[in-house]
Amino acid sequence: MADEMQLLEERVNREYEYGFSTDIETDTAPKGLNEDIIRLISRKKHEPEWLLEWRLKAFRHWEKMTMPKWANLQYPEIDFQDIIYYAAPKTKKAKPGKLEEVDPELLKTLDKLGISLNEQKRLTGVAVDVVMDSVSVATTFQEQLAEKGIIFCAMSEAIQKHPDLLRRYLGTVVPMTDNFFAALNSAVFTDGSFCYIPKGVRCPMELSTYFRINKENSGQFERTLIIAEDGAYVSYLEGCTAPRRDENQLHAAIVEIVAMEHAEVKYSTVQNWYPGDDAGKGGIYNFVTKRGICKGNNSKISWTQVETGSAITWKYPSVILKGDNSIGEFYSVALTTKFQQADTGTKMHHIGKNTRSRIVSKGISAGKSQNSYRGLVKVAKTAENARNFSQCDSLLLGDKCGAHTFPYIESKNNTAVVEHEATTSKIGEDQLFYCEQRGLDAEKAVALIVTGFAKEVMNNLPMEFAVEAQKLLAVSLEGSVG
Amino acid sequence: MLSIKNIHASIDGKQILKGLNLEIKPGEVHAIMGPNGSGKSTLASVLAGREEYEVTEGSVEFEGKNLLELSPEERAKEGLFLAFQYPVEIPGVSTTNFIKAALNEKRKYQGLEPLDAASFLKLLREKAALLELDKSLLSRSLNEGFSGGEKKRNEIFQMAVLDPKLTILDETDSGLDIDALRIVAKGVNTLHNADHSIIVITHYQRLLNYLQPDFVHVLMNGRIVKSGGKELALELEEKGYDFIKEELQESLTA
Repeated sequence: MADEMQLLEERVNREYEYGFSTDIETDTAPKGLNEDIIRLISRKKHEPEWLLEWRLKAFRHWEKMTMPKWANLQYPEIDFQDIIYYAAPKTKKAKPGKLEEVDPELLKTLDKLGISLNEQKRLTGVAVDVVMDSVSVATTFQEQLAEKGIIFCAMSEAIQKHPDLLRRYLGTVVPMTDNFFAALNSAVFTDGSFCYIPKGVRCPMELSTYFRINKENSGQFERTLIIAEDGAYVSYLEGCTAPRRDENQLHAAIVEIVAMEHAEVKYSTVQNWYPGDDAGKGGIYNFVTKRGICKGNNSKISWTQVETGSAITWKYPSVILKGDNSIGEFYSVALTTKFQQADTGTKMHHIGKNTRSRIVSKGISAGKSQNSYRGLVKVAKTAENARNFSQCDSLLLGDKCGAHTFPYIESKNNTAVVEHEATTSKIGEDQLFYCEQRGLDAEKAVALIVTGFAKEVMNNLPMEFAVEAQKLLAVSLEGSVG
Repeated sequence: MLSIKNIHASIDGKQILKGLNLEIKPGEVHAIMGPNGSGKSTLASVLAGREEYEVTEGSVEFEGKNLLELSPEERAKEGLFLAFQYPVEIPGVSTTNFIKAALNEKRKYQGLEPLDAASFLKLLREKAALLELDKSLLSRSLNEGFSGGEKKRNEIFQMAVLDPKLTILDETDSGLDIDALRIVAKGVNTLHNADHSIIVITHYQRLLNYLQPDFVHVLMNGRIVKSGGKELALELEEKGYDFIKEELQESLTA
């Protein structure tokens, strides 16, 4: 039983806590996007020829595409020529092999963010890969993981050391032509994490990637690829923050997951990119494509996300249920305050027989924010006895915010059972007064009610992460009462 | 401990309380009875600090402090407890977590450390037993799916844990069957002591059979029009409120 109130007491200040930037010398590409920039990125990363060709193909495709407009989001045109596509903290070596080789300024930053790269982290049982701007700066516990045959490293390292694996799976779940932002990412992705769990191995610790945008005017385009072979299991965590800046910054990532027979992948995100200030200025534009495929029979992929940051969130972690009896899950808490806009949800694509999916979405809107759930449950002709259950709940704080639900169902098999439930509620004066009469002030009362509202999702997060996520919800809500 | 002087209160511009006076000393049990719309629940809301009610005149002193200047949560932490007529549901928040949060807020206000887990659980078990509250209710979401009787018992259970100086029972007896009524009354009686005063707001005499009030007041049209001992409640039960109305008429015309 987590102690909600104690967490609330620990809250720090009203401002975005991670809004500092670090003065680190960076190796930066000029602004703008063209084939030369892509060649530059590829050269910087010493990539094989096939990968450069792959990037260029994606770029040429992207050039013909237009930004999607169907989401319930409003934002100005993004000038893609005004963005820096490559920024790397300068180090003596391309990638520091030991902790001592990491820039001390960078270590200080990570300390401030509460990420210890020290191997003491072993005590908490989490292996961390840290990606700052365009490159991975450190990965912990690689050796211990390697003993079990697990590969956990930066994408750029995987390109060098495991090119065959990468070539076999890259872009197989999210094709480069999938959508505008996926094509962009495929052209310019710089780093990210790569994770491979061999047959029958249960990963003994949580794997975690921490993303940080630091450099001004730069975008972050990371790419994560997770492969779980037959019978493998891994729990993966992702966290993100950025400094406070008046300009909007772009984040367009891709996550691909492949689960083979009897494999299980649990992917948890706590997204806390800078949301912009009280007047709606600044903040991260977060356009992310996350998708997993349950390729083998009896496999399972579970997405859990707690979204509190970003000025704009466009994100639909999805599962393709190809293997028979495979299971897809999506648990989401999306909290928007101030002028934030979120259009998030999932796609569950049932192809195999007896496939099951479960969607639990909890949207919390406060301030002048807009919060939309958008979900698609698609049942193919082949998906005999497919089952889906969706639950979408919205909670409104105040009367200047909005909550929207856009559920889509496409079923081509009449043995499928698809259920959808949705509720919208407002924190009632009666609830608040009841809490106040028991000695809780309005802010604590709201945090308590919201925590209760989000509980079903929070319960799916790994313990340590859940505590952090609860704290984050409370902090994000500060000042949104009254 | 509580001194209400000439209180006038309104909601949405409508005057409900029109010069109410009431003195309560430590340990006393006061029953407030009256017909529908006489202002009983308004009195409870005004004392607890519900925002919608505007106090236009008069004063309320609680333990030497000006009660009307305190926020609802400060009143609670000073030791005022309202057992709600309609307790609200809070999905996803267990009764245990809720009461723990409330208790620790109060302790913090008093300059005390939060109660350690073992002592807290001991306290919880003890009070739950007193109210014959099933332990499974404590881990369920607050009031969600509780029966009417369970909700009311849960209110008294919270009172027991928070140990207030003044409790207002707002029609706690309404909707209770005779067994639940007995359990609630037993709880209140056990917790009532020389430092714990109680205001019982009720329509009926039946709760007063168990609670033994020191004083019974009749509230009509926003004022206390008659006060007496517990025999007054019996008289009301027998004759209804009309005899008081008649008495009032007589005193006016005399």
